[in-house]
Amino acid sequence: MEIPYTVELRRDTGLNNGKIGIWLFLASEVMLFGALFASYILIRTGSPSWPRGDSILNVPLATFNTIVLISSSVTMVMAWASLMRKRFGTFRLYMAATVLLGGVFLVVKYFEYSHKFHDHLFPSTNNFLAIYFTLTGLHMLHVMGGMAVNAYFWGPGAKLWKTDPAWFTNRVENSGLFWHFVDLVWIFLFPTLYLL
Amino acid sequence: MTDHAATSDHAADIDKHVRIYITVFVALMVLTIITVLIARVHLPIHLAVTVAMLVAGIKGTLVACYFMHLISERKLIYAVLALTVVFFAVLLTLPVLTHHDGYWIH
Repeated sequence: MEIPYTVELRRDTGLNNGKIGIWLFLASEVMLFGALFASYILIRTGSPSWPRGDSILNVPLATFNTIVLISSSVTMVMAWASLMRKRFGTFRLYMAATVLLGGVFLVVKYFEYSHKFHDHLFPSTNNFLAIYFTLTGLHMLHVMGGMAVNAYFWGPGAKLWKTDPAWFTNRVENSGLFWHFVDLVWIFLFPTLYLL
Repeated sequence: MTDHAATSDHAADIDKHVRIYITVFVALMVLTIITVLIARVHLPIHLAVTVAMLVAGIKGTLVACYFMHLISERKLIYAVLALTVVFFAVLLTLPVLTHHDGYWIH
Protein backbone atom coordinates (compact mmCIF):
# COMPACT_ATOMS: atom_id res chain seq x y z
CA MET A 1 0.00 0.00 0.00
CA GLU A 2 1.31 3.43 -0.90
CA ILE A 3 1.84 5.90 1.94
CA PRO A 4 -0.22 9.03 1.26
CA TYR A 5 1.03 12.64 1.33
CA THR A 6 4.76 11.94 1.50
CA VAL A 7 5.44 14.61 -1.12
CA GLU A 8 2.15 16.20 -2.16
CA LEU A 9 0.59 18.61 0.33
CA ARG A 10 -2.64 17.85 2.16
CA ARG A 11 -5.34 20.41 1.37
CA ASP A 12 -6.38 20.76 5.02
CA THR A 13 -2.92 21.24 6.60
CA GLY A 14 -1.01 22.65 3.62
CA LEU A 15 1.81 20.27 4.62
CA ASN A 16 2.98 16.77 3.81
CA ASN A 17 2.37 14.25 6.61
CA GLY A 18 6.05 13.80 7.44
CA LYS A 19 6.53 17.50 8.13
CA ILE A 20 3.56 17.86 10.50
CA GLY A 21 4.53 14.56 12.16
CA ILE A 22 8.10 15.62 12.94
CA TRP A 23 6.98 19.01 14.30
CA LEU A 24 4.42 17.39 16.61
CA PHE A 25 7.15 15.03 17.81
CA LEU A 26 9.51 17.98 18.40
CA ALA A 27 6.75 19.74 20.38
CA SER A 28 6.62 16.70 22.70
CA GLU A 29 10.42 16.80 22.94
CA VAL A 30 10.28 20.45 24.04
CA MET A 31 8.02 19.36 26.91
CA LEU A 32 10.35 16.48 27.83
CA PHE A 33 13.42 18.70 28.09
CA GLY A 34 11.26 21.50 29.53
CA ALA A 35 10.28 19.26 32.44
CA LEU A 36 13.95 18.58 33.17
CA PHE A 37 14.87 22.26 32.89
CA ALA A 38 12.03 23.08 35.29
CA SER A 39 13.37 20.41 37.68
CA TYR A 40 16.82 21.98 37.41
CA ILE A 41 15.43 25.44 38.32
CA LEU A 42 13.44 23.97 41.23
CA ILE A 43 16.39 22.02 42.63
CA ARG A 44 18.87 24.86 42.16
CA THR A 45 16.70 27.65 43.63
CA GLY A 46 15.72 25.41 46.53
CA SER A 47 19.32 24.52 47.34
CA PRO A 48 21.24 26.48 50.02
CA SER A 49 24.38 26.37 47.87
CA TRP A 50 25.12 25.45 44.27
CA PRO A 51 28.51 24.99 42.59
CA ARG A 52 29.46 26.94 39.47
CA GLY A 53 29.56 24.47 36.58
CA ASP A 54 33.10 25.45 35.59
CA SER A 55 34.40 24.47 39.04
CA ILE A 56 33.45 20.81 38.36
CA LEU A 57 33.07 20.43 34.60
CA ASN A 58 35.52 20.83 31.72
CA VAL A 59 34.54 24.06 29.89
CA PRO A 60 37.13 23.86 27.03
CA LEU A 61 35.91 20.34 26.11
CA ALA A 62 32.27 21.45 26.23
CA THR A 63 33.09 24.54 24.12
CA PHE A 64 34.77 22.25 21.59
CA ASN A 65 31.67 20.03 21.59
CA THR A 66 29.42 23.07 21.07
CA ILE A 67 31.47 23.99 17.98
CA VAL A 68 31.28 20.37 16.78
CA LEU A 69 27.50 20.20 17.14
CA ILE A 70 26.90 23.59 15.48
CA SER A 71 29.18 22.49 12.60
CA SER A 72 27.17 19.27 12.27
CA SER A 73 23.98 21.32 12.00
CA VAL A 74 25.52 23.23 9.09
CA THR A 75 26.64 20.04 7.31
CA MET A 76 23.13 18.62 7.86
CA VAL A 77 21.39 21.58 6.24
CA MET A 78 23.99 21.53 3.43
CA ALA A 79 23.18 17.84 2.86
CA TRP A 80 19.54 18.78 2.34
CA ALA A 81 20.49 21.74 0.10
CA SER A 82 22.62 19.35 -2.00
CA LEU A 83 19.57 17.16 -2.63
CA MET A 84 17.56 20.25 -3.57
CA ARG A 85 20.32 20.98 -6.13
CA LYS A 86 20.13 17.31 -7.32
CA ARG A 87 23.75 16.67 -6.29
CA PHE A 88 23.59 13.27 -4.67
CA GLY A 89 27.38 12.83 -4.35
CA THR A 90 27.69 16.10 -2.41
CA PHE A 91 24.75 15.05 -0.23
CA ARG A 92 26.59 11.88 0.79
CA LEU A 93 29.72 13.84 1.71
CA TYR A 94 27.81 16.29 3.89
CA MET A 95 25.72 13.51 5.47
CA ALA A 96 28.88 11.50 6.25
CA ALA A 97 30.38 14.64 7.85
CA THR A 98 27.22 15.09 9.95
CA VAL A 99 27.38 11.51 11.25
CA LEU A 100 31.12 11.77 11.91
CA LEU A 101 30.73 15.04 13.81
CA GLY A 102 28.02 13.38 15.90
CA GLY A 103 30.56 10.63 16.62
CA VAL A 104 33.18 13.20 17.67
CA PHE A 105 30.64 14.73 20.08
CA LEU A 106 30.03 11.30 21.66
CA VAL A 107 33.75 10.51 21.97
CA VAL A 108 34.37 13.82 23.76
CA LYS A 109 31.42 13.11 26.04
CA TYR A 110 32.86 9.65 26.76
CA PHE A 111 36.11 11.26 27.93
CA GLU A 112 34.18 13.78 30.04
CA TYR A 113 32.11 11.05 31.72
CA SER A 114 35.16 8.79 32.22
CA HIS A 115 37.04 11.60 33.93
CA LYS A 116 34.11 12.23 36.28
CA PHE A 117 33.78 8.53 37.17
CA HIS A 118 37.54 8.30 37.68
CA ASP A 119 37.24 11.15 40.20
CA HIS A 120 34.37 9.26 41.91
CA LEU A 121 31.83 11.84 40.76
CA PHE A 122 28.55 10.01 40.08
CA PRO A 123 24.89 11.03 39.65
CA SER A 124 24.37 10.01 43.27
CA THR A 125 27.17 12.31 44.52
CA ASN A 126 25.10 15.51 44.66
CA ASN A 127 22.12 17.29 43.07
CA PHE A 128 24.30 19.18 40.58
CA LEU A 129 25.80 15.98 39.18
CA ALA A 130 22.42 14.22 39.23
CA ILE A 131 20.87 16.88 36.99
CA TYR A 132 24.07 17.14 34.89
CA PHE A 133 24.15 13.41 34.11
CA THR A 134 20.37 13.24 33.54
CA LEU A 135 20.25 16.17 31.10
CA THR A 136 23.45 15.38 29.20
CA GLY A 137 22.66 11.62 29.22
CA LEU A 138 19.22 12.21 27.69
CA HIS A 139 20.76 14.60 25.18
CA MET A 140 23.39 11.98 24.26
CA LEU A 141 20.62 9.42 23.60
CA HIS A 142 19.11 11.94 21.17
CA VAL A 143 22.49 12.39 19.45
CA MET A 144 22.73 8.59 19.07
CA GLY A 145 19.18 8.38 17.68
CA GLY A 146 19.83 11.19 15.20
CA MET A 147 23.10 9.59 14.11
CA ALA A 148 21.37 6.24 13.51
CA VAL A 149 18.70 7.85 11.29
CA ASN A 150 21.25 9.97 9.42
CA ALA A 151 23.52 6.95 8.89
CA TYR A 152 20.51 5.06 7.50
CA PHE A 153 19.82 7.86 4.99
CA TRP A 154 23.52 7.96 4.06
CA GLY A 155 23.54 4.18 3.51
CA PRO A 156 20.65 1.80 2.76
CA GLY A 157 17.91 4.44 2.97
CA ALA A 158 19.51 6.39 0.10
CA LYS A 159 18.12 3.83 -2.38
CA LEU A 160 14.89 5.83 -2.30
CA TRP A 161 16.69 8.66 -4.14
CA LYS A 162 16.64 6.53 -7.33
CA THR A 163 12.91 5.80 -7.23
CA ASP A 164 11.44 8.88 -5.52
CA PRO A 165 13.94 11.76 -5.07
CA ALA A 166 11.32 14.23 -3.79
CA TRP A 167 10.23 11.87 -0.99
CA PHE A 168 13.85 11.14 -0.08
CA THR A 169 14.59 14.88 0.09
CA ASN A 170 11.62 15.36 2.45
CA ARG A 171 12.81 12.51 4.67
CA VAL A 172 16.26 14.06 4.92
CA GLU A 173 14.69 17.44 5.73
CA ASN A 174 12.71 15.82 8.56
CA SER A 175 15.73 14.02 10.02
CA GLY A 176 17.52 17.37 9.73
CA LEU A 177 14.79 19.07 11.77
CA PHE A 178 15.40 16.53 14.55
CA TRP A 179 19.18 17.02 14.33
CA HIS A 180 18.85 20.83 14.55
CA PHE A 181 16.59 20.38 17.59
CA VAL A 182 19.33 18.31 19.26
CA ASP A 183 21.76 21.17 18.50
CA LEU A 184 19.27 23.70 19.86
CA VAL A 185 18.91 21.82 23.15
CA TRP A 186 22.70 21.76 23.56
CA ILE A 187 22.86 25.53 22.92
CA PHE A 188 20.84 25.95 26.16
CA LEU A 189 22.43 23.06 28.09
CA PHE A 190 25.97 24.37 27.59
CA PRO A 191 25.65 27.70 29.47
CA THR A 192 23.12 26.30 31.97
CA LEU A 193 25.31 23.42 33.17
CA TYR A 194 28.87 24.50 32.39
CA LEU A 195 28.98 28.27 32.78
CA LEU A 196 26.46 29.39 35.41
CA MET B 1 8.50 30.76 -17.84
CA THR B 2 10.45 28.00 -19.57
CA ASP B 3 11.54 24.90 -17.67
CA HIS B 4 15.15 25.95 -18.05
CA ALA B 5 14.46 29.39 -16.54
CA ALA B 6 12.47 27.79 -13.66
CA THR B 7 15.37 25.44 -12.90
CA SER B 8 17.94 28.24 -12.84
CA ASP B 9 15.63 30.34 -10.58
CA HIS B 10 15.36 27.37 -8.20
CA ALA B 11 19.16 26.89 -8.19
CA ALA B 12 19.67 30.60 -7.51
CA ASP B 13 17.19 30.34 -4.61
CA ILE B 14 19.12 27.43 -3.07
CA ASP B 15 22.42 29.30 -3.57
CA LYS B 16 20.93 32.22 -1.62
CA HIS B 17 19.90 29.82 1.15
CA VAL B 18 23.41 28.35 1.30
CA ARG B 19 24.94 31.83 1.70
CA ILE B 20 22.52 32.45 4.60
CA TYR B 21 23.49 29.12 6.23
CA ILE B 22 27.17 30.08 6.14
CA THR B 23 26.43 33.53 7.60
CA VAL B 24 24.37 31.94 10.40
CA PHE B 25 27.19 29.46 11.07
CA VAL B 26 29.70 32.31 11.52
CA ALA B 27 27.24 34.17 13.78
CA LEU B 28 26.75 31.02 15.93
CA MET B 29 30.52 30.59 16.31
CA VAL B 30 30.97 34.24 17.35
CA LEU B 31 28.09 33.98 19.84
CA THR B 32 29.59 30.77 21.30
CA ILE B 33 32.88 32.58 21.93
CA ILE B 34 30.97 35.54 23.46
CA THR B 35 29.10 33.09 25.78
CA VAL B 36 32.38 31.65 27.08
CA LEU B 37 34.08 35.06 27.45
CA ILE B 38 31.15 36.53 29.38
CA ALA B 39 31.27 33.57 31.80
CA ARG B 40 34.90 34.42 32.60
CA VAL B 41 33.87 37.86 33.90
CA HIS B 42 32.01 36.24 36.86
CA LEU B 43 28.99 38.57 36.84
CA PRO B 44 26.45 38.49 39.71
CA ILE B 45 24.34 35.34 39.23
CA HIS B 46 21.08 37.09 38.20
CA LEU B 47 22.89 39.14 35.55
CA ALA B 48 24.95 36.13 34.43
CA VAL B 49 21.78 34.02 33.95
CA THR B 50 20.04 36.84 32.04
CA VAL B 51 22.99 37.44 29.69
CA ALA B 52 23.67 33.70 29.13
CA MET B 53 20.01 32.97 28.34
CA LEU B 54 19.80 36.05 26.09
CA VAL B 55 22.79 34.90 24.02
CA ALA B 56 21.51 31.29 23.98
CA GLY B 57 18.08 32.64 22.94
CA ILE B 58 19.62 34.51 19.99
CA LYS B 59 21.57 31.39 18.95
CA GLY B 60 18.47 29.19 19.29
CA THR B 61 16.40 31.65 17.25
CA LEU B 62 19.00 31.61 14.46
CA VAL B 63 18.99 27.79 14.37
CA ALA B 64 15.18 27.58 14.43
CA CYS B 65 14.57 30.36 11.89
CA TYR B 66 17.21 29.47 9.30
CA PHE B 67 18.37 25.85 9.73
CA MET B 68 14.86 24.64 10.61
CA HIS B 69 13.28 27.05 8.09
CA LEU B 70 10.80 28.43 10.62
CA ILE B 71 11.15 31.87 9.04
CA SER B 72 9.06 30.68 6.08
CA GLU B 73 6.88 27.88 7.46
CA ARG B 74 3.15 27.14 7.22
CA LYS B 75 0.63 28.58 9.69
CA LEU B 76 -0.22 25.19 11.19
CA ILE B 77 3.41 24.70 12.32
CA TYR B 78 3.34 28.15 13.96
CA ALA B 79 0.08 27.21 15.71
CA VAL B 80 1.61 23.96 17.06
CA LEU B 81 4.68 25.84 18.28
CA ALA B 82 2.63 28.65 19.83
CA LEU B 83 0.74 26.06 21.89
CA THR B 84 4.05 24.43 22.85
CA VAL B 85 5.48 27.79 23.95
CA VAL B 86 2.48 28.38 26.24
CA PHE B 87 2.85 25.00 27.96
CA PHE B 88 6.65 25.37 28.11
CA ALA B 89 6.28 28.81 29.72
CA VAL B 90 3.90 27.40 32.35
CA LEU B 91 6.31 24.55 33.01
CA LEU B 92 9.22 26.93 33.64
CA THR B 93 7.21 29.56 35.51
CA LEU B 94 5.76 27.19 38.12
CA PRO B 95 9.07 26.42 39.88
CA VAL B 96 10.15 30.08 39.67
CA LEU B 97 6.89 31.19 41.34
CA THR B 98 7.28 28.46 43.93
CA HIS B 99 10.65 29.82 44.93
CA HIS B 100 9.82 33.53 44.66
CA ASP B 101 6.70 33.25 46.77
CA GLY B 102 8.40 31.53 49.66
CA TYR B 103 7.49 27.95 48.85
CA TRP B 104 3.70 28.25 48.65
CA ILE B 105 3.46 24.58 47.72
CA HIS B 106 3.82 22.62 50.96
